[in-house]
Amino acid sequence: MNIFDRIWNSSLGKKYLMALTGAALFVFLIGHLLGNLQIFGPPELINGYAHFLKSKPAMVWGARLGLLACVALHIASAVTLAQLNATARPQAYATKGAYGASTASQYMLPTGIVIVSFVVYHLAHFTVLLPGVNGVGDFSNLKATLHHEQVPDVYGMMVLGFEVGWVVLFYLVAQALLFMHLNHGLAAMFQSLGFRDHVWWPRIQFLARAASVALLIGYCIIPLAIYLRLVGHDYAEMIRFKPKAQTAPPALVAAQGKEAK
Amino acid sequence: MKVTLKVWRQKNRNTPGSFKTYESPELNENMSFLEMLDVVNEQLANRGEEPIAFDHDCREGICGTCSLVIDGKPHGPHKGIATCQTYMRSFKNGDEIVVEPFRAKAFPLIKDLVCDRKSFDRIQQAGGFITVRTGAAPDANSIPVPKPDADLAMDAAQCIGCGACVAACKNASAMLFVSAKISHLGLVPQGQPERYKRAKAMVDQMDAEGFGACTVTGSCEAVCPKEISLDFIARMNRDYGVALLKGDPKAIKGGGAG
Ligand code: HEM
Ligand code: SF4
Ligand code: FES
Repeated sequence: MNIFDRIWNSSLGKKYLMALTGAALFVFLIGHLLGNLQIFGPPELINGYAHFLKSKPAMVWGARLGLLACVALHIASAVTLAQLNATARPQAYATKGAYGASTASQYMLPTGIVIVSFVVYHLAHFTVLLPGVNGVGDFSNLKATLHHEQVPDVYGMMVLGFEVGWVVLFYLVAQALLFMHLNHGLAAMFQSLGFRDHVWWPRIQFLARAASVALLIGYCIIPLAIYLRLVGHDYAEMIRFKPKAQTAPPALVAAQGKEAK
Repeated sequence: MKVTLKVWRQKNRNTPGSFKTYESPELNENMSFLEMLDVVNEQLANRGEEPIAFDHDCREGICGTCSLVIDGKPHGPHKGIATCQTYMRSFKNGDEIVVEPFRAKAFPLIKDLVCDRKSFDRIQQAGGFITVRTGAAPDANSIPVPKPDADLAMDAAQCIGCGACVAACKNASAMLFVSAKISHLGLVPQGQPERYKRAKAMVDQMDAEGFGACTVTGSCEAVCPKEISLDFIARMNRDYGVALLKGDPKAIKGGGAG
């Protein structure tokens, strides 16, 4: 058997895959958060960053395909292992089992499934820009001027998008479940890959908790700050547009013209 | 004291089972849980009913034969002891106690509370041994073993192979047992020649027996009568990873000393 078969056909091999792809996705989460936190700067900052990314299609598509592969492997091993685990006890206990197990550790698949559905929504919301899902209108109409160039107005899209209560709520719920997933998953990852002993285990658990709390706070303050009108409210008022608007409203062009200087 | 028992009764593997409720006779609170079952069985036998079948042997926590899931926890309410070391004083007069067999696909039921744990033996046979040395017995302590390694190996060697880890795990995973057996030999010099081969063979046998995979819930460690640590699972994962990367040894072509 070649090495790929050996890994895929073994329960531990799949655990390694799950841990390694989970680690890669975690690294992406850190990078993505740092990018998004630029919302707390002036509009040009995050718009310029988004424009920079768009100008490097090879890099962006490379990263996207890599992430897609990680997500696919992570889910494929999660689901096949979950099936194996479900068949390993054909008859359930009458009493409640799972003695001594943390809640998060028992709900990795459900939290994972909510995370996937959130990711699908998030991509439709801010990447594909499906107008139907954001409760505002057609974000692809939003343009800002940057160095005399018309670029997508990511700042405007975020400040308008997170004024919608149910969108913010969904984002917050998804982040809470992601926190649960990572609080258990990041520590379990070290266990799966064999990096653990009695000295390091408490430290690993502490660091896993700290990293998941940091991501939870980081990802939650963005929609919250906007929803509470602490960030970008004036800007949103300036560019507010009617749903179904086909072209950017005059107010938008005027506002952008002023800022481009 | 008296208790009410709700016990799983099943004639054999192919007959569906169900819970039956029994009132115990007057008990001494210093009876062990198994002695309580003996007394209840005596009563059943006197009434002409089939006694409750349950596994037991040493009754002092060293053989790993006793089992039972008592009110949802393998080996009863306490930490670090087996069912045979559980005493009736841990329960209150009038308690209803639910007693179930260990449940896992790889531990098929034989009768009532007795299940077949031979899958553990097959995992042991797959690699839980060291190269045999023939000739005169070697001098004691002729092979130096660092003290921390010896201590860890002894911790792992505590495993009595009872299967409570499997019974407790929501995935019916045998990783704690297998990792204890792999580590106990893999930590000492005598176990080095087969270290990676052993890890591979025992884990593969574990998979073949139909046990689930680990999701690091920690239930196994929490119920283990010998308090085997999850650290050993990490050790097993490390050794198995090396074995996976190495693959099976290539057959040598041409034969002989080449
Ligand atoms: C942002 C995305 C995600 C990250 C960063 C992430 C991270 C992790 C990490 C680090 C682990 C620990 C691996 C281990 O136990 O060794 C894990 C486990 C797991 N993940 Fe994810 N995950 C993500 C998304 C998902 C998704 C979309 C699913 C979908 C179904 C999922 C399902 C699972 C399951 C079931 C486990 C349990 C593994 C186990 O304990 O056996 N995860 N995840
Ligand atoms: S690891 Fe503990 S619970 Fe599992 S078989 Fe060994 S002694 Fe029993
Ligand atoms: S009967 Fe031997 S350990 Fe309980």
